[in-house]
Amino acid sequence: MSWLDANRDYVLDMLLQHVRLSVPAIVISVLVAVVLGRVAWRWPRAGTVVLGSASLLYSVPALPLLIVIPVLLGIPLRSGLTLVVALAVYGTALLAGTAADAFGSVDARVREAAEAMGYSRAGLLWKVDLPLAVPVLLSGIRVVTVSTVSLVTIGALVGIPSLGNLLTDGFQRDIRAEIVTGVLGTMLLAVTLDALLVALGRVVTPWRAATPAGGAS
Amino acid sequence: MGIEFRDVGKTYPDGTVAVTGFSCTVPSHRTLALVGTSGSGKTTLMRMVNRMVEPTTGSVLIDGRDVRELDKVALRRSIGYVPQAGGLLPHRRVVDNVATVPVLTGTPRRAARDAALALLERVGIDPALGRRYPAQLSGGQQQRVAVARALAAEPNILLMDEPFGAVDPIVRRGLQDQLLQLQAELGKTIVLVTHDIDEAFRLGDEVVILRTGGIVAQTGTPKEIVAAPADEFVRDFIGADRAERALRTVDVDGRSVVVDGDGRPVGVLE
Amino acid sequence: MNLFGDALAWITDGAHWGGPGGIDHRVVQHLLVTFAAVALAAVLALPLGILIGHTGRGRLVVVALAGAVRAVPTLGLLTLLGLALGIGIQAPLIALVALAFPSLLAGAYAGIEAADRGAVDAARAVGMSEWQLVTRVEIPLGADVILGGIRAATLQVVATATLAAYISDTGLGRYLFSGLKSRQYDQMLAGALLVAALALVLDLTMAALQRASRPTTRKVPS
Repeated sequence: MSWLDANRDYVLDMLLQHVRLSVPAIVISVLVAVVLGRVAWRWPRAGTVVLGSASLLYSVPALPLLIVIPVLLGIPLRSGLTLVVALAVYGTALLAGTAADAFGSVDARVREAAEAMGYSRAGLLWKVDLPLAVPVLLSGIRVVTVSTVSLVTIGALVGIPSLGNLLTDGFQRDIRAEIVTGVLGTMLLAVTLDALLVALGRVVTPWRAATPAGGAS
Repeated sequence: MGIEFRDVGKTYPDGTVAVTGFSCTVPSHRTLALVGTSGSGKTTLMRMVNRMVEPTTGSVLIDGRDVRELDKVALRRSIGYVPQAGGLLPHRRVVDNVATVPVLTGTPRRAARDAALALLERVGIDPALGRRYPAQLSGGQQQRVAVARALAAEPNILLMDEPFGAVDPIVRRGLQDQLLQLQAELGKTIVLVTHDIDEAFRLGDEVVILRTGGIVAQTGTPKEIVAAPADEFVRDFIGADRAERALRTVDVDGRSVVVDGDGRPVGVLE
Repeated sequence: MNLFGDALAWITDGAHWGGPGGIDHRVVQHLLVTFAAVALAAVLALPLGILIGHTGRGRLVVVALAGAVRAVPTLGLLTLLGLALGIGIQAPLIALVALAFPSLLAGAYAGIEAADRGAVDAARAVGMSEWQLVTRVEIPLGADVILGGIRAATLQVVATATLAAYISDTGLGRYLFSGLKSRQYDQMLAGALLVAALALVLDLTMAALQRASRPTTRKVPS
């Protein structure tokens, strides 16, 4: 605890950096994965290619990705943008399949009835498909969130500051308290974001909390 | 308002023939029941009316206008649709489900909700249930809501796709009675799809019995069909040889008592 | 873009092959660490997962625990263990075992749970013992999902084994870190490409194995 007391500002600064890197990566992952998932669900043949490439991308280890991306995009290796792009690629690859499943989880009878009532194509997407896909989608977003927050730490290995710096710095200077603080801080951030997602899920899907009817048919 | 099927056919890209050369006219304010087993093309025919399915040959006309000339979305909004069980939007409250089409067509939400509550009452649902989500209602209640939803935009035409198929017989009977009563008041032009011949006879002014591949086995009023089944297929389908269809009268103390094929009394001939 | 050419040239340079620091040597090392970690984790996680799947007990606790383990940054675990155990292969190995554990466990209990309940009931009804039930019905029926867990764990481990080089002179990660430190970007990128290629090949191989195992799964009497 004494180490933490002495380095409160540093830790808070790194925590803030960590949030700044992980949250945009998560948001971009969700946006891109939902679009890809929709495409994959709508056109299954193209979907096989899209989801196949996604899983192939996902099998590229994160640290090498951090090194390849700046070369490909011509951005500096040590910039936060590199990490955000790498983690967004990673998160998208992880989430695209789930997003396709999420659209697939929407009851076909409900979609049909909505279409027959006269929802336009856009209306069907925004008012029917997306809201009903939220539960499955959210389970995937939670996985991506925890994984992304944890992965941000490896940025420290190439010099992108985050709570990961506590891990590398603690190792090099032999300060266990610093590493423990880094580990717990990362986990705490992951758990907090996860809890926020669960709460958000409750707010946007009020119908799921409603108690179902009794046995009557 | 009338619906005309003019020599329509539907062959799916995989070669499945759902309907061939079907012609039929549904006069305004009448109910047409399309009945047949699965694969008879009855649902395909009904879905041609609101262009959920496009015929590969022939055309469907509403009041003499080919539906293909009409905008799909506008057409669908102008036609009431009662889906099979499970067709309510699970994420919308009951009242908002009923108000769906009026809101889509630009009615202010507040006014649409008020109208929806009145409609719920009309189909026998306590307006207090309007705040619930569909999953919180029984199957029978959900189908009443579906009927209210189809009526909300005051359409002239109603399409009903096995609307009462998933509820138990007693509830189904209540729903059918309700529909008959509503129809007596509202006089919509209805196309009803069912696999239940008794439902078709109860609700349909005109009944079309379909064989596999959308071939008409017989068309007529329920009376005509019962009186003279066209062939063995129809006899079999309507259960003409079932005890409760083969009624006769016996004379008991000068009154004509109707008995069924097993000799059990059904009632007295007035 | 030219950097890719440099990296490929670095990889194909004969001087970087053979000997203790050679590419071939490091690839083998990387694979050995990966397999050792997955095998160790499997010995621990699979029986536990099968037990949980079979009895249905302790599921919630284990799911929560596995979730918590997933949230632990592997780099943190690695550095802590590195300080405790010193420079060497033990620390990365333990960290990798911990990394592989949740996927293997989840695959095992999900696989057992996914086994057709009707088949399991029928097997019990014809008088199979619980042990026979697990080994002859549930495991063969759940093999696909269990293998899926092993595949996911292997992929995670082969990727993360790169980090092992941060605290010990092991595997392909070494090229990344030494290249980064000495600003030899061709070497660094070469390391990155080698790890990515190795992970891809391994994952595709595992996928093929998983597919190949399917027909046998169906032949199991049910």
